[in-house]
Amino acid sequence: MINIFEVNETNKMIEQENLDVRTITLGINLLDCVCDDLEELNNRIYNKITVVAKDLVKTGEEIEREYSIPIVNKRISITPIALVGASACQTSEDFVTIAKTLDRAAKQVGVNFIGGYSALVSKGMSRADELLIRSIPKALACTDRVCSSINVGSTKCGINMDAVKLMGEMIKQTAEETKEEDSLGCAKLVVFCNAPDDNPFMAGAFHGVTEADAIINVGVSGPGVVKRALEEVRGKNFEELCETIKRTAFKVTRVGQLVAKEASKMLNIPFGIIDLSLAPTPAVGDSVAEILEEIGLERAGAPGTTAALALLNDQVKKGGVMASSYVGGLSGAFIPVSEDQGMIDAVKEGALTLEKLEAMTCVCSVGLDMIAIPGNTAPSTISGIIADEMAIGMINQKTTAVRLIPVIGKDVGETVEFGGLLGYAPIMSVNSFSCEKFVSRGGRIPAPIHSFKN
Amino acid sequence: MKKTIITVVGKDTIGIIAKVCNYLADNKMNILDISQTIVQEYFNMMMIVDMNNSDKPFGEICSELEKLGEGIGVKIKCQHEDIFNKMHRI
Repeated sequence: MINIFEVNETNKMIEQENLDVRTITLGINLLDCVCDDLEELNNRIYNKITVVAKDLVKTGEEIEREYSIPIVNKRISITPIALVGASACQTSEDFVTIAKTLDRAAKQVGVNFIGGYSALVSKGMSRADELLIRSIPKALACTDRVCSSINVGSTKCGINMDAVKLMGEMIKQTAEETKEEDSLGCAKLVVFCNAPDDNPFMAGAFHGVTEADAIINVGVSGPGVVKRALEEVRGKNFEELCETIKRTAFKVTRVGQLVAKEASKMLNIPFGIIDLSLAPTPAVGDSVAEILEEIGLERAGAPGTTAALALLNDQVKKGGVMASSYVGGLSGAFIPVSEDQGMIDAVKEGALTLEKLEAMTCVCSVGLDMIAIPGNTAPSTISGIIADEMAIGMINQKTTAVRLIPVIGKDVGETVEFGGLLGYAPIMSVNSFSCEKFVSRGGRIPAPIHSFKN
Repeated sequence: MKKTIITVVGKDTIGIIAKVCNYLADNKMNILDISQTIVQEYFNMMMIVDMNNSDKPFGEICSELEKLGEGIGVKIKCQHEDIFNKMHRI
């Protein structure tokens, strides 16, 4: 039987080390809403979401109470809207009406984000895809809870450079449209390579076309728990370090698995996957950068950071895979800048640069995340950064993403405040040399060779 | 049978166990196991309880126990045992 020490250990993780379930995300297929008439399409989307998700928040809260474990977010992911709206939407404005419908539905059921204002364009853009992408700045400016993601590349198809170029422009326009709120719109917009169909984390969640009608995916968290466990093995060798991370990741993931199963049973919706991610929050003691420091770096970004992060990421997966039958999504350590106090400090002190962050993304999920850059950064430069990150994903057969926020009216040395889970960020400097000619070539980068891997 | 773990943590004082046990008895809950320690004058108790015969819903029992705890200056927490089993048993 369970003993008092085990009970105390679990409760200490929850009360003092920020152990929580980061999100229960309900994936909803909207393909059966498709119709030619825009108004009818909007009605169907609203009805389907509000019916399928009506008990989501209530169920989440019930589970929270039963196990006394915080479930920070309850969210919804939906079929990429470029597919759903393709036959009804003739203009970008038409797509914006769908964004407004999604926002209304999200507010009605009480979720804090709804993801899937998305298009999958890794090889080419359909007319609808392009209309949706061009509607993003407006859509994100006039909604509160809608998140958008665009998949512009994959290992199988290469990188759609036309889409990369367009996204550089759209990120900049989104920043302009939401400049009153420090370009907050860009925090809800992600560009992906190899985007997973079952990711429960925002802003990149969407309900892939390979998924069932409705599905429950759960994202766990727990950087604070890992950090605290590592304090016990200070100065010990790598074997003990790795063993400790694995054991902790196992425990954290088991809680996620329990919550996912319970939610699935209560909502009568099948369980999809657990996303084993170390997702930080701006709260002190809930930081991935602090884990890197505990591993032995003075600050995140110091030489050795990439190796430490590679080790951390791999051990989290090894421990987590054992704890759940179905692991998916992004699964790894997240390194967003604005959402992680340790990362923010590292940037402020000059330990961490954009280039080092890029190197770090080679060995962990997900990518250049929540990075504030000067508002006067050229769209082509943003496209260049996206292209670099997509190339890392394409060649290494992993998911990579870019969520950059060009903060209009602000420059290096200033700070931007997003509030809540999105945190705050110092503006990071961007290499000022141009890539305009590269980005403007047009067309796509071919898919990489899948053999000769040396 | 779904078991519930009740933990009581706080400054030691007379009658903590009595008050909690009385509440459990009044609400038809059977205690299966109790363990208790004092760490640096802090009272630390765990009970494994069978609530199946209780008429009240789980949420209500949780908040009533919480309130009871506030009255005696301790923190009382009620959780289904699954969270501990999952975490500590393969």
